[in-house]
Order: sequence, then C-alpha cells, then structure tokens
Amino acid sequence: MYESLWVMIIHSVLLALAALTGFAYLTLMERKILARMQHRVGPNKAGPRGFLQPLADAVKLMFKEDIMPADADRWVYTLAPILATIPAVIIFAVIPLGKDFVFFGERVTLTFANIDIGLLYLLAVTSIGVYGITLAGWASNNKYSMLGGVRSAAQMISYELAFGLTVLVPVMLTAWHNPSGDGLGSLNLTTMVDAQAGTYLGFIPRWFIFTPTGWLAFIVFLIAATAEVTRAPFDLVEAEQELVGGYATEYSSMKFALFFMAEYMKLIAMSALAATFFLGGWRFPGLENIGGNWGALISFIVMLVKIIFFLFLSIWVRATFPRIRYDRLMDFGWKRLLPVSLATMAATAVFVVLVDQL
Amino acid sequence: METVIFITTAIVAVGAALGMVLSSNAVHSALFLILNFCAVAVMYLLLRAPFMAAVQVTVYAGAIMVLFLFVIMLLGAEKADLGSEPIGWQKPVGVLLGAVLLAEGIYVAYKGIKLVDAPITAALGIGQPTTLSAVLFSKYLLPFEVISILLLVAIVGTVVLTRRTVKLKEAE
Repeated sequence: MYESLWVMIIHSVLLALAALTGFAYLTLMERKILARMQHRVGPNKAGPRGFLQPLADAVKLMFKEDIMPADADRWVYTLAPILATIPAVIIFAVIPLGKDFVFFGERVTLTFANIDIGLLYLLAVTSIGVYGITLAGWASNNKYSMLGGVRSAAQMISYELAFGLTVLVPVMLTAWHNPSGDGLGSLNLTTMVDAQAGTYLGFIPRWFIFTPTGWLAFIVFLIAATAEVTRAPFDLVEAEQELVGGYATEYSSMKFALFFMAEYMKLIAMSALAATFFLGGWRFPGLENIGGNWGALISFIVMLVKIIFFLFLSIWVRATFPRIRYDRLMDFGWKRLLPVSLATMAATAVFVVLVDQL
Repeated sequence: METVIFITTAIVAVGAALGMVLSSNAVHSALFLILNFCAVAVMYLLLRAPFMAAVQVTVYAGAIMVLFLFVIMLLGAEKADLGSEPIGWQKPVGVLLGAVLLAEGIYVAYKGIKLVDAPITAALGIGQPTTLSAVLFSKYLLPFEVISILLLVAIVGTVVLTRRTVKLKEAE
C-alpha cells in the first residue's frame, strides 16, 4: 500500500494540517453563523469579511502568558491538553474521505489507514479521549474544574454506550449488502461506504439512513455524538454560568487553545463519521461513477459538503437549544437513549437476518 | 523494524509498570497503568492481533481505567497514606511468587520452548475480526452466551444493590 515510510509521514502530516485548517475555519464559520442567528454581525474586521480572524485568534492565544496554578499537579496539568488533542487528530486516520487520486502513476489514497478494525479503532480512540478533560479538571486543583472533570467523565461514559451500540447498526447493515457478496458485516469503514453504493428504484441512494432501522440509529448517533464531543446542549462540562469555565478554568494560552482545538476537531470527525456511517460517505448517486482524478476530486467535495452540512446542523442546534439540566442529562442517556439504541440494534439484527432468509 | 518497535514498546511497558507501582500519587499510578495497557496493545499489534489490540485499548485503557480514575477523583484518595501492611505474610509470598515467575521466564527463554505446536501460517490470520467472530459464534457460542448472561446478572445486581428503597422516602 505504501512505498515507503516517508510517503506515510508526509501523508499523516498533511492530514493533520488539513484537520487543523478545518478547525480554524470551523471556529470562524460557527461565530459567523451564530451571529447571523442572533441578529449580530459577527467577526468582520480581520481581513476581507473577517476571513483572517482564526489567524488573529491563534496569534493572540500564542502570545498570552502560560499560567500554572501553584497547587496544580505539574505533570498531569501539562499532559491533559496533549491527551485531549491527540485522539481528536488520530481519529481522522480511518475515515475514508474520497476515492484514490493517481498522480504520475502513484496512487494517493484519501483513506489514511484502510484497516479491518477501523470501527474498533474508532471506539478505542474515543474512549481514550475522555482522559484529557477529566485529568485537566483534576490537575487544576480547583473545585469548579474538578466538577467539570467529574461531569465530563460521567457524561462521556454514559453516552459512549449509546454511541457504541448505534455504530453497530451500520456494521450489521453492511452484512446486508456487502460488496464482496460473502454476507459478512464489516468493521472496515471503506467497506461500509462501498456497501452504500447504488440506488433503490433508481433515485433513492442506498445509504444506511434510508433503511428501516438506519434512520433511527442515525438520530441516536447524532445525539450521542453531540454528547461525546460535549457540544451544546450537552456542554455541562464547561457550563459558564455554574462552573465558571469547567475543566478549562485554570488553563490559558496555547494549553487552552489545545482544548478548544480538540473539541472542534472531534466535532469535525464526528460529522465525517455520521456522513460515512449513514449518508454513504463520499458516494452520491451519479457522481460516484466518474473515474480518474476528477472523480476523486468530486468524491472528496461530496464528502466535504456532507461534513459541512453536519457542522451547520451542530451550530444550528447550539443556537437553538438551551443547556440541559445535569440530572436530566443522565436520565436521558440511561433511560431513553440506551434502550432506544439497544432496540434499534436488535431490530437491525432481526431485519438483516430476515432479509437474508427471503 | 519490528525488533526496534518491540524493544521500545517493551521498555515503555516495563517502565510504566514500575512507575505504576512506585509512584505515591494514585492518579499518577492510574496514568502509568494506562500507558502500560497501551504498550501491551502495541505488542498485540506486533503479534498480528489487531482485534485484541483495539479491544485492549477500548476496554482496559478506556472503560475500566476511566472508572478507576473516577473513583480516585471522587474519593480524593490520590494521596492515601499506605501505613503498615495489614496482612503480614503478603510481602514475602509476593516476592517468592515473583521469583518463581522470573525463573520460569528465564527457563523458557533459555530453552526456547515451543509453547504451541502448530504451523506459523495457521496463526497469521487468527487475530482478524472475521476469524475471531467466526469461531466465537459457532464453536464457542455457548460460553459466549453464558458470559453475556453473567454480565447481565452483574448489572441487575448492581441496580438492586444501589437502589434506594421506597421506605426511605416515606420516612422523610
């Protein structure tokens, strides 16, 4: 697959840089759209139409003083932002972003790691992602930070269950029309995208969202993913009104920026995953058969449009819903979302077997 | 290449294990243990068992250690004073058992015992998720189901044990 280690290193650096740029402009997009929804203007001074605002933010944050509380645990305090950021970046490794390009006879694949355990890798990485915030809250040695950290751990554990169960639905649906015809499900994200090729009745794409159980799993996935990345209305972890700033209260300068970055990168990754699992990834009826480099470019743009759609949805939700109360959050996660996701999974299993029998 | 990765991972694993035992702060110990689990996961990868590696990280480093940390943080037990050992014979027995294990390890390394007598080619695909699940859902289906029921019993047990009785509320 890879000619040399160097190609691999360059590829991963490019991927990380792309994710970083995506994060920078996602903050601008969020601020602009939020401002529009609240009848404000939003950032418009730095550069044409505020387009250089992320750059200005980054420079500003870099020149801020890096403060460490006197009673903080030095090692863990420094380690926490790193532990938060790394999982957010390495999630992107398994997401298929488009078809392969061919440059000068060299295949350049848009899926960094096309591995058979793609989905398990994803669950492993998201479960590691809990540590950053939790440890930040503990290491700051501040009761508000601590509360934020404890909340984050409780919230992420609760919603990880529903999250893990709903991502099994696409795995089982892959068994339903696996392109290789062996009738097996797959944990490989590329195979999942391939299984969503083609159309029903010639115009409805065979995306997993258009299956009898897939749409329900899709909705549960979106809710659980929002809670996983601690976005509004599930952002109790940093609830400004009650916890000052939650886990990030004591952090400043680039360390604070890293937490910010981790959250937004995770949001981008979750959007990409929602597109991959339920909206056919880079596939779009009629466009996926275009070959060559143009086809690859179009597939990448289709994926990008889907990701941006989910990002917009997330910003829209943030502008619409108030923060949920903590006990309700737990109630909702355990008593509503978990049973629904379990039922969806069971129904999908029955559906796949029944279809197989017919 | 594989040797280099193995040696690095082995050093990290042993170092993390030592750090876990020796650090006085419980949260640091927990973090070292997570590092150790991750190192072991890399070793599974080197043994061509990607499924095991992913499960190791998800279950041990992810789920179980989060609960550990959660408990340590909630109880504020990170600076717990160990004091004197309550069980007196524990330490010498521990040293003895450790010595036996070490001797065993050295013996195996010295003799080069083949632990499993099977062709290597058969073992290459064994770590793949498809191979594992095929065996798990056919040959070992009964144990698999029994374990799932066992876990269910444990969940029900926890719910029953932590449930507040209605009487308490009436008393208020």
